[in-house]
Amino acid sequence: MKPTHSEIQKLLAARQRIERIFKAVAVLTLVIAIGTLAVLLIDSLADGINRLSLQFLTSYPSRRPQQAGILSALVGTIYLMILTALLALPVGIGAAIYLEEYAKHHWFSRIIEVNISNLAGVPSIIYGLLGLELFVRTLGLDRSLLSGALTMSLLVLPIIIITVREALRAVPTSVREASYALGASRWQTIWHQVLPIAFPGILTGSILAFSRAIGEAAPLIMIGALTYIAFLPDSLLAPFSVLPIQIFNWVSRPQKGFAENAAAGIIVLLIVLLMMNAIAVYLRHRYQKKVYL
Amino acid sequence: MTIISQQVKRNKTYEGILQGVLFLCGSLSVLTTLGIVVVLIFETIAFFREVSLLEFLTDSQWTPLFDDKHFGILSLLSGTFLTSMIAILVAMPVGLLSAIYLSEYASTKVRSWVKPTLEVLAGIPTVVYGYFALLFVTPLLQTFIPSLSGFNAFGPGIVMGIMIIPMVSSLSEDAMYAVPQRLREAACALGSSKLQVSLRVVVPAAFSGIAASFLLAISRAIGETMIVVIASGQQPRLTLNPLVPIETMTAYIVQVSMGDTPTGTIEYKTIFAVGMVLFLSTLILNLLSQWIRERFQEKYE
Amino acid sequence: MTNNVEQTGSIAFSIDHLNGWYGKRQALEDISLTIPEHQVTAIIGPSGCGKSTFIRCLNRINDTVPNFRVSGHVLFKNKDIYDPDVDPIEIRFKIGMVFQKPNPFPKSIYDNIAYGPRIWGVSDRKGLDSIVEESLKKAALWNEVKDNLSGSATSLSGGQQQRLCIARALAMKPEVLLLDEPCSALDPIATARIEDLLLDLKKSYTIVIVTHNMQQAARVSGLTGFFLLGKLVEFGDTRQIFTNPKDSKTEDYITGRFG
Repeated sequence: MKPTHSEIQKLLAARQRIERIFKAVAVLTLVIAIGTLAVLLIDSLADGINRLSLQFLTSYPSRRPQQAGILSALVGTIYLMILTALLALPVGIGAAIYLEEYAKHHWFSRIIEVNISNLAGVPSIIYGLLGLELFVRTLGLDRSLLSGALTMSLLVLPIIIITVREALRAVPTSVREASYALGASRWQTIWHQVLPIAFPGILTGSILAFSRAIGEAAPLIMIGALTYIAFLPDSLLAPFSVLPIQIFNWVSRPQKGFAENAAAGIIVLLIVLLMMNAIAVYLRHRYQKKVYL
Repeated sequence: MTIISQQVKRNKTYEGILQGVLFLCGSLSVLTTLGIVVVLIFETIAFFREVSLLEFLTDSQWTPLFDDKHFGILSLLSGTFLTSMIAILVAMPVGLLSAIYLSEYASTKVRSWVKPTLEVLAGIPTVVYGYFALLFVTPLLQTFIPSLSGFNAFGPGIVMGIMIIPMVSSLSEDAMYAVPQRLREAACALGSSKLQVSLRVVVPAAFSGIAASFLLAISRAIGETMIVVIASGQQPRLTLNPLVPIETMTAYIVQVSMGDTPTGTIEYKTIFAVGMVLFLSTLILNLLSQWIRERFQEKYE
Repeated sequence: MTNNVEQTGSIAFSIDHLNGWYGKRQALEDISLTIPEHQVTAIIGPSGCGKSTFIRCLNRINDTVPNFRVSGHVLFKNKDIYDPDVDPIEIRFKIGMVFQKPNPFPKSIYDNIAYGPRIWGVSDRKGLDSIVEESLKKAALWNEVKDNLSGSATSLSGGQQQRLCIARALAMKPEVLLLDEPCSALDPIATARIEDLLLDLKKSYTIVIVTHNMQQAARVSGLTGFFLLGKLVEFGDTRQIFTNPKDSKTEDYITGRFG
């Protein structure tokens, strides 16, 4: 029995009401999510802006909140990132090239692939446990920059491999075919054609991987990055600290002055991250090569 | 052309060496997994030589650092469970609703700035979230819930949930995006409203991807460290009360590392035993998520 | 299969019972023919008949396709290119290829042409300059680009890009030029220019061209082979194939009854 015209009208009106409610709820949840982000940023900014000064950036930590600064943590972060990049980038890019260009359909590379996506989901603190047992204790590297860099390299390696593989995959097959047809070998094709085209993607992928690494604290706490370093690391085997750990240390102290320091440290950390991401976006635009015809 | 033959032969040797080097780079990931597994197993076995598995699984107290030592993992498990559940209760509805809205309703313009903004949530370092949880969210909640203690599971749980939203929303949205337009058109042609199409056609069609995203989000929440270290406390407690201090597995591991724990002591071994439980839980969730995605994925042409 | 070729010159390719599979699917079935030097040989047939697969066997570019395998022999100058001790790279120095969709590298015009010789080992500037100029002249592109050799290759028109790809292949000084539907992505004027070019090039090179355009085959080639469902149905003098085909399937295709 077909519904009457007015019954249909009522049905449609009810539907529209439900639809509007749904849309409102969905938008509300988005507002909550984005709003929380805004509140978080504003709160950190408000708490810490007064403390942000040249003195803050150039002093070492101290028992007195007013005199404490993040110099050692900032420098430690920079050293650590450079070391990690030197270790992780060649290996990561090499592994991605191998998986994407050499062994693409081989059964062993399938195992490596599954492996990598699992490693990407392992909590970062587990890498800390590995670093602690392997680098700090077994290899005797103790709580040094080198231990930290080795541990962080293992942490970012899966991310680098995944993003570099995507960049390589985006290179059209026709370019490779044209190169092979001219008698080039596989490596010649990769080095002269594929890598230059994939370069912007590799660059941005790496920067994004490292911007994640910069915010990590847990694995570094595990390998013994200290929370009170009043000097700059002077060698690979020297103890060190990083920005997130310094922030963590200050947050854990009860005095209000330290809370302000933590907020100021957060502002510095966020600015560093912002700069890295901005550089990534800029570089991607700058080096994008038009391969499409 | 003989010069070229020589050159080709020389290049072949280089190519062989190069391929070997690249292969080693690729195998490093396998070695990493091996390393993690070996380290965890080694110390866990050493741990269970001194502590019985029964005690580990059934004792309701966890006090390895005190004189009266108890080694029951249940209190740490309940701490992790509590914070993760609160996080999921926040992230799942918000994430899914956002995904539906962005995928089915929002204009391209709105999508173009909302999506990246949500991704920013995922990029904020967790220490910042910890600060926020301890010094803003908990005091704010305390104005509504006076009995809320300074360290608790509630505040950090909510903050963790906010952090995970992009994971749920992004992966769910990808799953929904993969649903072909013709399914939506078929439903529309039968007189369905947009909401009905979304909820009755698109979401079920994208179910495997959405379910996979939920599992991954839970796995992420379980493995989260800094937020709970800063804001949840260091009191292992077998409870479902979100208003009191607790300790999660991850926070315990950090707590021990902050102190001075020589190799070979039982305290040292505990962090690996706990680490093993943590590793296994996230591994199972990740594998389950992959399996669901592969097994139940609709193959659209 | 009917083969009625008169061998008046020397032979470039002698293909003997060639079979090809993509995984389990057989794409080429028992192909045997001889391709003479210094002529244009056209390969025609409907979509999916295996003509592209066939021509790609001649320079072993199919090796780069993961699950492709062959059986049979392809003799180039009396040596089987599928012999285990033959390096495909060396083959491609002598047998060049131009693809269906123009695929210049995203580099300058100069670097596109110089890429091949550089692989060879030519590194001096003067040597490369002369190779670039010579190749572009042979491909009838020199006058249009000589003032802009450092310009990007992808900024050229489709027809120019394809002539660039021909020049790039010629820079390797091959003996054979394989062309896989080179004009299918081009407009009629660009197509005509390339056809003229091929008629010119056949004096110095052996040319094998795959085409789905029968008029093109009739215009440029001396010999034509008709493929259908992976088999070579008929192979012979172009005029004879188009005016008096021996096989009824060939006649059906030529007269447009299918394909």
